[in-house]
Amino acid sequence: MPNSRSSMQLSDSAPKPFLVAGASSVSKPSAPHDGVMALQNEQADILAKAQAGDHQAFAQLYSLHKRRIYSLCLRMVGSVSEAEDLTQEAFLQFHRKIATFRGESALSTWLHRLAINVVLMHLRKKGLQVTSLDEAMEPASDQRPGRTFGAPDLMLAGTIDRLVLQRAIDELPAGYRLIFVLHEIEGYEHNEIATLLNCSIGNSKSQLHKARLKLCDALRKQRKLEGRI
Amino acid sequence: MNESTNNLTCAEFQALLPELLDSPTDMSQHPHLQYCDNCRALLTNLESIAEAVRHLFPVVEPPDTLWGQIELAIKREETDSATAN
Repeated sequence: MPNSRSSMQLSDSAPKPFLVAGASSVSKPSAPHDGVMALQNEQADILAKAQAGDHQAFAQLYSLHKRRIYSLCLRMVGSVSEAEDLTQEAFLQFHRKIATFRGESALSTWLHRLAINVVLMHLRKKGLQVTSLDEAMEPASDQRPGRTFGAPDLMLAGTIDRLVLQRAIDELPAGYRLIFVLHEIEGYEHNEIATLLNCSIGNSKSQLHKARLKLCDALRKQRKLEGRI
Repeated sequence: MNESTNNLTCAEFQALLPELLDSPTDMSQHPHLQYCDNCRALLTNLESIAEAVRHLFPVVEPPDTLWGQIELAIKREETDSATAN
């Protein structure tokens, strides 16, 4: 059996958000050197200009963050048109509030938190049982202690279909889905998720694990329906 | 692995999984997995899902037209705000 860490630790390969101000908040600080300092200064300059109402600078901030915000929205709602609407709303709110950003956290953290709230608000409007980030982080009532998973006759042999996996992700409760998307797809570490969502690192790990187990169950059920296991 | 991990039940082992999966430990050497087909299958399935997610869901680029829509909306808000003042 392969070393589980090699396949479970996905975040190292994922791109990280850049930091503008308050650079100590999310990403692990590396030893400062001229290149990093120059980049941070350049980004701080862009931010200052955007805060002063410079449209060109705001467009640069959009370019720097659009992929991660759009990807987050897309993985959370599973629909391209909804993801576009949510990305637009997140950047509109970003534009409205950017002058109030004081650098207590990294800009990317601030923007991601804003986008997460836009997504959760959208899910609530769609009638899903999510009223706030706090509620999304509450453990689901179906997680009975002592329940065990796994059976050797239900192995997920063969490739996993993208659409089936997306459907299974879509069916996760919003809180689990959020942590799964942030960790497994967006590449955030648990300490970063804890900062983003104002939860403990233990809570992040536990929610992620429950999300993985739910996905595992959903995929096995799908395979059984298809007669593949 | 110490002796206390040698005789874990499946529930006890699976309760440790969130920490174990996030640690540099080589899980394949865990004593429980040497005799438990269920938990070995579960771990393999979790690895398969993680691997699939990594390959199937890259960070994606929004359509080029999206910035134009956002820019338009920003200008509309600024115009509305100026009119209101």
